[in-house]
Amino acid sequence: MSTQTRFPAASRLLHWLMAPMIIAMLFIGVGMAASLSPRYELLVSIHRPLGIAILVLCLARIVNRFINPPPELPDTVPSLQRFAAKASHIVLYTLMLIMPLIGWGMLSAARYPIVLYGNMRLPPILPHDLTLYAWLRDLHTVLAYLFFATFLAHFGAALFHGLIRRDGVLASMASWR
Amino acid sequence: MNMKPFWFGAGPVSSAGVLGRLGAIGVVMLSLAGAFAYVGGWLSPGRLTQDRMMAAFQHVNGIHAGFRRNHAKGICVTGWFESSGQAAALSKAAVFRPGRVEVVGRFALAGGMPFQADAPAKVRSMALRLLLPGGEEWRTGMNNIPVFPVNSARGFYEQLLASSPDPVTGKPDPDRMKAFLAAHPETVRAMQLIKQRQVTSGFANSTFNSLNAFRFVDAAGASVPVRWSTVPVQPSAVESAEPSAAGDKNYLFDGLIAQIAQHPQQWRLIVTIGQADDPTDDATLPWPAGRRQVDAGTVTIDHASSEDGGRCTDVNYDPLVLPSGIEPSDDPLLSARSAAYARSFTLRAGEELEKAPSAVTVQEVQAGGKS
Repeated sequence: MSTQTRFPAASRLLHWLMAPMIIAMLFIGVGMAASLSPRYELLVSIHRPLGIAILVLCLARIVNRFINPPPELPDTVPSLQRFAAKASHIVLYTLMLIMPLIGWGMLSAARYPIVLYGNMRLPPILPHDLTLYAWLRDLHTVLAYLFFATFLAHFGAALFHGLIRRDGVLASMASWR
Repeated sequence: MNMKPFWFGAGPVSSAGVLGRLGAIGVVMLSLAGAFAYVGGWLSPGRLTQDRMMAAFQHVNGIHAGFRRNHAKGICVTGWFESSGQAAALSKAAVFRPGRVEVVGRFALAGGMPFQADAPAKVRSMALRLLLPGGEEWRTGMNNIPVFPVNSARGFYEQLLASSPDPVTGKPDPDRMKAFLAAHPETVRAMQLIKQRQVTSGFANSTFNSLNAFRFVDAAGASVPVRWSTVPVQPSAVESAEPSAAGDKNYLFDGLIAQIAQHPQQWRLIVTIGQADDPTDDATLPWPAGRRQVDAGTVTIDHASSEDGGRCTDVNYDPLVLPSGIEPSDDPLLSARSAAYARSFTLRAGEELEKAPSAVTVQEVQAGGKS
């Protein structure tokens, strides 16, 4: 495994497919939660199916991670940074899995029809319960901020590896061949 | 390792280079965080956000934990909609095929005061949740006014603040309202139409109007602009000078409860079809008289209950919950209503356990509308 310097192609594909989706999702989410403008309806109608798409891709990504393990970090990376890298990846995977589920669950608890597109709807996964809805709705917001902060740390660390340490960690994901 | 431009190359960076590069990373991070904050509205104190709209409601009405921020005083009703089949050619929505769907509705008074006394001139509303086969829903909230007094979220917000009671006099500041009306001629015109409306004696003989325009889409994908109304089957009776039960703060609700207990109350769902140049994006403007109307069917309400434990209480009557075959128009109020209702719903959901009993209590409904 130590000879492997790059992420496998399937892993890179999933990463770069989901990265813009997740960043768009975070911006759409924070925007629609503030908006009273005509954009609100459009943003909500993108947010729901995009979230479910992220959930499906995230499941594929977890399976892929077992089939195609990521390369080891270079030996030059100190143990504290190694720990931070591992922890932040666990946080990112957890959030991309549970954020869509919380969104789906909170809409279920509020008994909104969960429309993906046109006549395509998802069934409710939780009972109709306002207190539960309010709790999940708040959790969705708090975890969205945590998600954005973790994304910033992840992106900052990637740039740090690429621009300052120049140890091949950025290139292990950001290479196109 | 095919990415080898200067900045991303291999090998050590000079210590001066490290500083510059750290700075560049910092700028990228700050820009992203700033963009996020901007989109979230935190950098624009003047932007009308959902939170600011809710703050305006709270400023005007105070806090009433667990109640809707607007149309706070209401009761729940249930019944059904029986389609005539006549609207099926205009919209492919399953609700318009001949047959019956269940209805969970709510009658309410406009305004954020859940314990306000009923009065003839107060705006009455009817909200319906039609439960279509297969899990589709149609939710609609209608008022007994011919047009809406404002045509934008900003207009609504400014009107709300202009009508808020002065802390000293307890009454709205007339100068503030004057300034608002001077800036909103559309509201002046709409208020004239609203004042001219004939106020009936109760909920049961009121006509309720969608106010916003929507679009009906047929099976071939062609769409027409529509507005809809529920028109009472019950004979109309004009409001007498004195409220019938003087001293009963809930006389409108009590009257409706008593009427439903006596006999199911019915409204015809009348769909008005707009023409190409009828305004769909301005709810202050009426459509010209004589537009084609279709009687889509009949709403029958046969059961009333208090909001406490009633089936409408946990429902957000979001006007953008629409079945396939009904679509929003370009009216900016639809998005604004949907967004504001959602925030109001979230706030009151979080306060559910602190909610005081509603004005119209379970006992009052059981007593047949007489407390």
